[in-house]
Amino acid sequence: MTGITSSAGPAATARPAGAPGAAPPGTRAGAARAGKSVLGPDEIRRALTRIGHEILERTDGAGDVVLLGIPTRGVPLARRLADRLAETEGVQVPAGSLDITLYRDDLRLRPARTLGHTEVPDSGIDGMIVVLVDDVLFSGRTVRAALDALGDIGRPRAVQLAVLVDRGHRELPIRPDYVGKNLPTAKREVVRVLLTETDGEDSVTLARLQEEGQ
Amino acid sequence: MNRHLISAADLSLDDAVAILDTAEELARLAQRPIPKLPTLRGRTVVNLFYEDSTRTRISFEAAAKRLSADVINFSAKGSSVAKGESLKDTALTLQAMGADAVVIRHSASGAPHRLARWVRGSVVNAGDGTHEHPTQALLDAFTMRRRLGRLEGLRVSIVGDILHSRVARSNVWLLRTLGAQVTLVAPPTLLPVAVGGWPCSVSYDLSSVLPASDVVMMLRVQHERMSDAYFPSVREYRRRYGLDGDRMALLPDHAIVMHPGPMNRGIEIAAEVADSPRSTIVEQVTNGVSVRMAVLYLLLSGSREPDQPAVAGDRALVTAGGPTGTAGRSQVRVEVP
Repeated sequence: MTGITSSAGPAATARPAGAPGAAPPGTRAGAARAGKSVLGPDEIRRALTRIGHEILERTDGAGDVVLLGIPTRGVPLARRLADRLAETEGVQVPAGSLDITLYRDDLRLRPARTLGHTEVPDSGIDGMIVVLVDDVLFSGRTVRAALDALGDIGRPRAVQLAVLVDRGHRELPIRPDYVGKNLPTAKREVVRVLLTETDGEDSVTLARLQEEGQ
Repeated sequence: MNRHLISAADLSLDDAVAILDTAEELARLAQRPIPKLPTLRGRTVVNLFYEDSTRTRISFEAAAKRLSADVINFSAKGSSVAKGESLKDTALTLQAMGADAVVIRHSASGAPHRLARWVRGSVVNAGDGTHEHPTQALLDAFTMRRRLGRLEGLRVSIVGDILHSRVARSNVWLLRTLGAQVTLVAPPTLLPVAVGGWPCSVSYDLSSVLPASDVVMMLRVQHERMSDAYFPSVREYRRRYGLDGDRMALLPDHAIVMHPGPMNRGIEIAAEVADSPRSTIVEQVTNGVSVRMAVLYLLLSGSREPDQPAVAGDRALVTAGGPTGTAGRSQVRVEVP
């Protein structure tokens, strides 16, 4: 049994610390300082404003929309989008969080992870349009896990995906509906997203993987 | 966290808090229309019960099943243990079947510790003799934290048969780690000789302890272990150490009453106390499933360590650097028998 698991090693290393919440904050900040800046606070704000407008267009005024952020950094992004929708159109869109830890496909390959918080708005998600929100879209495995988690909570009318950065290298047939920035990357590079709510500043940087120790 | 959960004394503060926090999230997920999670799919959990137990075994079984693990129940009655098979041979059998975790209850103190040397998977102590019952202590701490909002500085009185109680032992160690103050209350005959070395205080007078208690935990009078005369009569025990309505009135307003079950209503706890809103007895059972899910999740997900003891004669599998190993590419060697 263990042998089969271990031989799947390369698949596991293929989605390294770039995945949301995967790296300890210390290395994250360290690599960010060394990396190349991709988006600053103003660009992040504009990207979210644009995504907000796109959500309003594509969902007919966002009346049935529920925003669910994937911890850690998807959650503040979902809240910001909800604020944006309230400002521009005056619609109150519920925002919550969806932890996917227990649905991951790499649980056997890594030490046990701390669980994040799942907070589904009281109205539920049945018949609603759920917009999943995450910071970086990479292999697509996080989103796959999120779709599984969603299925255990209810049956939305549609599920859409909003990400701040799409860095490519998909390993599953998953595509985003709303993208803040398309960022062509090499697999060895790491995209670091920092947000004021979690890290004290807004920035997106691109760094080399070697500082991550693997 | 360690690979096994054998003693509450082995848990660091970080480990204990991680288990309680994980249990908190899992308890919230249990409210959903579909409480089942795919997390331990394909993993096998063996319940190895050498002593009778309903609630602990069912609780572990429910916890493993909610996490989608396969559960094999093994009770000593009607198995080859009744034919004289030793613990070690049973362990090797379980090993050969590929158990990822073994939950063991045994009448001998230390049995889980021995078992941990013989099996490759994780060993979870579900009560060994008069030694420990760590998941019970964890669920008690979880229940206290949920009801009272904190554990640090909490005054907890544990009342009754401390001598034979693995629940009391585990609670003393875990609550010390979590920063609560424990007072043991019992007749001198039901306290262990070594109690002076435990991190807690001792009293022989229940009524004087109650006004200064945030939590009072009543232990069962274990008739099956009472071959000697530890107290003159059940009636006298009840009068001095039983919790009835009048005694409960001595407690502060916020205090809660706990009991690990099964209860002897009318002996250590009166029916009116057991059924009062202060009693957390039913909650403890519900919380037990969440806490055991947390323990199984934290022990079983994550990488298998490469330095696990290999059992002699086991020629099945693999040594692997594993994806988290630092030695570059992972090595996989499979020996075909």
